[in-house]
Amino acid sequence: MKSSDLLLLMPEIILAVGAMVALMVGVFTKGVLSARLTLTVSLAVMVLALVALWSSGQNQLVLDPFNGLLRLDGFGLYVKSLCLIGGAMALLMGWQWLERESLGRFEIPVLVVIAILGMWLMADAHNLLSLYVGLELQSLCLFVLAAINRDHRESSEAGLKYFLLGALSSGLLLYGASLIYGATGSLGFTEIAAAVKGMGAASLSLGLLMGMVLVISGLAFKISAVPFHMWTPDVYQGSPTPVTGFFAVAPKVAAMAPLVRLLVGPFAEMQESWQQIIILMAVASMVLGAFAAITQNSIKRLLAYSSIANMGYGLIGLAVGTVDGIAGLLLYLSIYAVMTVGAFGVILLLRRGGTSLDRLSDLAGLSKHHPKTAFALAVFMFSMAGIPPLAGFFGKYFIFLSAIDAGFYVLAVVGVLSSVVAAYYYLRIVKIIYFDEARSSFEAPGRIQSWVVGVAVVLIVGYFLLPNGLINQTRAAAAPLFKTEAE
Amino acid sequence: MSTVPPSLELIGVVGVTPYLVVSAILFTLGVFGIFVNRKNVITILMSIELMLLAVSINFVAFSVQLGNLQGQVFSLFVLTVAAAEAAIGLAILLSYYRIRATIAVEDVSSLKG
Repeated sequence: MKSSDLLLLMPEIILAVGAMVALMVGVFTKGVLSARLTLTVSLAVMVLALVALWSSGQNQLVLDPFNGLLRLDGFGLYVKSLCLIGGAMALLMGWQWLERESLGRFEIPVLVVIAILGMWLMADAHNLLSLYVGLELQSLCLFVLAAINRDHRESSEAGLKYFLLGALSSGLLLYGASLIYGATGSLGFTEIAAAVKGMGAASLSLGLLMGMVLVISGLAFKISAVPFHMWTPDVYQGSPTPVTGFFAVAPKVAAMAPLVRLLVGPFAEMQESWQQIIILMAVASMVLGAFAAITQNSIKRLLAYSSIANMGYGLIGLAVGTVDGIAGLLLYLSIYAVMTVGAFGVILLLRRGGTSLDRLSDLAGLSKHHPKTAFALAVFMFSMAGIPPLAGFFGKYFIFLSAIDAGFYVLAVVGVLSSVVAAYYYLRIVKIIYFDEARSSFEAPGRIQSWVVGVAVVLIVGYFLLPNGLINQTRAAAAPLFKTEAE
Repeated sequence: MSTVPPSLELIGVVGVTPYLVVSAILFTLGVFGIFVNRKNVITILMSIELMLLAVSINFVAFSVQLGNLQGQVFSLFVLTVAAAEAAIGLAILLSYYRIRATIAVEDVSSLKG
């Protein structure tokens, strides 16, 4: 390790030190403003870290600081920016809701910052050890966030379930890591890649295959791909809504990063083996996400199944495993993040008589009392259903295009069919907003929430005007993954 | 021969397989403890510890076999993280118990759909 490595890690150091500063601010200030001050400090830290990240020039280079524990490249930069912006937006717009529910505790912003630090380490990880530590840093914060509403039955149950299944998944990941270590003699991705290449695709050891399968299962838990999805609806429903919004965006994106890095990096030679697993998970996630959501009455459960289906679409890009596929995956994740943040922004607004609402039928009459909010939710739903010219259509389009280019016709067909089924429940929400009998009005929306939702609407509706900017960004982000492999 | 630590001698005689078998049995017991157990959440926490310890045995055995320290460093990290995980798990369990006054696994079911 060189001392200049620390300079490369400046954005992460800012997050780590900033989280500690925010914690101190929260602990040593008293009164009502304490939590708001901590929130302000946390948001400032995140902005500072983002500026440091973007000015680091990380997208130009591929560096392996700390003896190859981390890999800094454009892919990491893209994923990290997405996690941070998504997470910060979820926190910012959720704060008013948390205060109204008297949950405006100073711990929440601190935990969010530390969780994002864990996600950044996951996105950078180039060694099984740093991957594990980043994953645990993230997960432990998320368990606490799920259970943050201590006096609420559902919230603590959600926290407990998330913890138990999360711990199981990290156990699987670890056991897989130990088998990979035994088979290849190393923990670093570069060395594993060399060992796998040396073995040749024909004579792979059973330990290596088992290890790879277990690591994939452990990470699939975190992105909630079928058959590792069972915690998702419960945790989404039980957690406080802003926390659910955070769960739906940042950890999903972050857990996709090591999966991509592992599969197209060290395990590129074993593509035939892992492709089947990823295809199976993608198909199962899309189909289950589409059908299971139909019968849901809770908005948060419905969005949980929708996120399972969306991860299935994303996995198509990974199964294809080409630059186009990974770029499509990144594009899909970005658009998914914007839609999800927007949708949760609208759900946060749904309060009547001091309690937040979670039934689909509670949406009735939204168009009458809040026409702008109703329009925003309709835009997000149409976009998730994949109706052109909204951004969600382009996300799906490029994923399916990459699948067809690589000859995965079945995947593309299943994807299109399941998105037809999914369109049913997205459009049902639109029907409830506009055509069901109106009830009494909702509480007035907060200013920040309205801004975030407004920006999300503009991005979703306006995306088709300038689609190439984001596409080129994602291509540039996916390219370094394949460049190093060729060396 | 006297410079070789006894552990290395043993693994040289019996090979790494017996260690892997023990750890596989422990890991399977841990996984079954999570899924089959219907009684008590504490038992699930113990099963999770069992899984992590099985992983540690694996890492240390491989590390000695390969003559490479990375595995032992990893097992130290696993122990540390397991402690943090147990602390957070027990804290969540405690706050759950305060509200429900039970930690039976069957009762963890108010979220359904």
